[in-house]
Amino acid sequence: MVDLTSPVHDRIVDGPRGAKPKSRLSRRNIFLYGTLLLISVYYLLPLYVMIMTSLKGMPEIRLGNIFSPPVEVTFEPWVKAWSQACTGINCDGLSRGFWNSVQILLPSVILSIGIASVNGYALANWRFKGSEVFFTILIIGAFIPYQTMIYPLVILLREIKLMGSVWGLVLVHSVFGMPILTLLFRNYFTSLPEELFKAARVDGAGFWGIYLRVMLPMSIPIFVVAIILQVTGIWNDFLFGVIYTKPETYPMTVQLNNIVNSVQGVKEYNVNMAATLLTGLVPLIIYFASGKLFVRGIAAGAVKG
Amino acid sequence: MTLPAPSRTHQKTKRPAQLFRNLNAKFASIPMILTALVVFVGGTTWTVVHSFTKSRLLPKLDFVGFDQYERLWSSNRWMTSVENLLIYGVCSLVLTMTIGFTLAALLDRKIRFEGVFRTIFLYPFALSFVVTGLAWQWILNPDFGVQNVVRGWGWTGFAFDPLNNPDIVIFGILIAGLWQGTGFVMVIMLAGLRGIDEDIWKAARVDGIGVVKTYVKVIIPMMRPVFVTALVIIASGIIKLYDLVVAQTNGGPGISSEVPAKYVINYMFRAQNLGQGFAASTMMLLSVIIILVPWAYLEFGGKKRG
Repeated sequence: MVDLTSPVHDRIVDGPRGAKPKSRLSRRNIFLYGTLLLISVYYLLPLYVMIMTSLKGMPEIRLGNIFSPPVEVTFEPWVKAWSQACTGINCDGLSRGFWNSVQILLPSVILSIGIASVNGYALANWRFKGSEVFFTILIIGAFIPYQTMIYPLVILLREIKLMGSVWGLVLVHSVFGMPILTLLFRNYFTSLPEELFKAARVDGAGFWGIYLRVMLPMSIPIFVVAIILQVTGIWNDFLFGVIYTKPETYPMTVQLNNIVNSVQGVKEYNVNMAATLLTGLVPLIIYFASGKLFVRGIAAGAVKG
Repeated sequence: MTLPAPSRTHQKTKRPAQLFRNLNAKFASIPMILTALVVFVGGTTWTVVHSFTKSRLLPKLDFVGFDQYERLWSSNRWMTSVENLLIYGVCSLVLTMTIGFTLAALLDRKIRFEGVFRTIFLYPFALSFVVTGLAWQWILNPDFGVQNVVRGWGWTGFAFDPLNNPDIVIFGILIAGLWQGTGFVMVIMLAGLRGIDEDIWKAARVDGIGVVKTYVKVIIPMMRPVFVTALVIIASGIIKLYDLVVAQTNGGPGISSEVPAKYVINYMFRAQNLGQGFAASTMMLLSVIIILVPWAYLEFGGKKRG
């Protein structure tokens, strides 16, 4: 019998190991890289157009071509978008929306991840009767359209006097972020070696002790993934912001939409594009800075849907 | 969808204080239990029940049978919304899957700068739908955008103004939606491709099967679970389509780019006709169930019996 798994046999069948040396400019490579470059242009075009438009003055926009770079670079649209753009009667720019978004973001991220990590930990290590049932409901709930739960939540928030406030929105984000985050943490904690948990139990540590002193220090990477997921998700939210807050507390996305799509006044496309870029800046910075971790967050989201 | 069940099995010892066992874990799970029962089960049931009432400004239990649904399905606006969502949904599903898989396959051909290309294809996914909608609203602007540029090149009869043409406005939204969503499908597909054993490729090469044929005949059938997962995620995302439309066209021109999610919000919070909003959202729920139940049955039903 020939052992088919032996490396020697492999070498006989495959001949020399490693890829066959090919010329760089083979037809395959030209086709492959050409296609990829062409597609890259399509993906980068909107970003390019936005940046170019935001750096031009209005006269130049009226005359020129959206793809041409600015003849005279001006940062005035950015300043105007940040501090003077109008929504209704307020003309203090997008900065208000930015700070509202920050105020919504920080507590939402902390609260949702705090709750979900403890949930995941309980589901992985401290299962009790019925815990899996609640978890299943939670996962199914992730697929329910938000529209069927929006109004009952309005009533609930009104009852606890949080409707229209930042804290009401924080609560909503924590509730709707729970399925995916809980799944993320549950799967991670389940993958940790069980001996660890048992040893801590033998040493007399309890539920919170093990969570704080054993689990937390071991799960920094998954916390980073969760933070990336939540920061981009909450920052980009529009639906909940528009429903659960008032004009004074509108998050940045809602204010951006109101500025750009307002029907009054002359349209200033350069200011609009600067405002759009400003809103996209936070998730873009996180995306480019986090690299592979963002992809990991998405993959985790893919498991949830 | 993989939900590896925790392997830990706790010994069940019958004790009188069953309720107080594991008390800390139960206490810590209160937010999860409340969310699952009150918001997900309770909220959904509440909405479905109230869709059979004639609630207008305030919800009240004045049952009128299927009146709201009759009115819904005879409403022009709702029919336009459903039609738009169907066109958008089918095109978006087919195109994101095809483009996403093709991009993943191209990136999987052991190329240089894979990370750079992946970063470029995926960055739109990090953006808000509002940002995407506004960017494409500007690019498709008839006076300054693509139409104007092409005319400037000398082709003066060129017409490409989807956002102001009621017949094709939904495709203008589709362009933006595809730009944002394909990178995400690419990442899922790439993960699937990376999970395929290298030996399969070796075997195909030994048998002299071409690259494209190997993908179609061998790799894609092997990736069935990945495709199904991607399909379910995209489909449930499509039903939620809302922000993109609000930012890009706000349903216009007229009502020609309305979508169901927008109909719901409109009737609940602007037109003050809650009953209509509840009925429409129940229809959205129903469509999700129609997508999910066969999938859940195929995915989990078989395993339980097997």
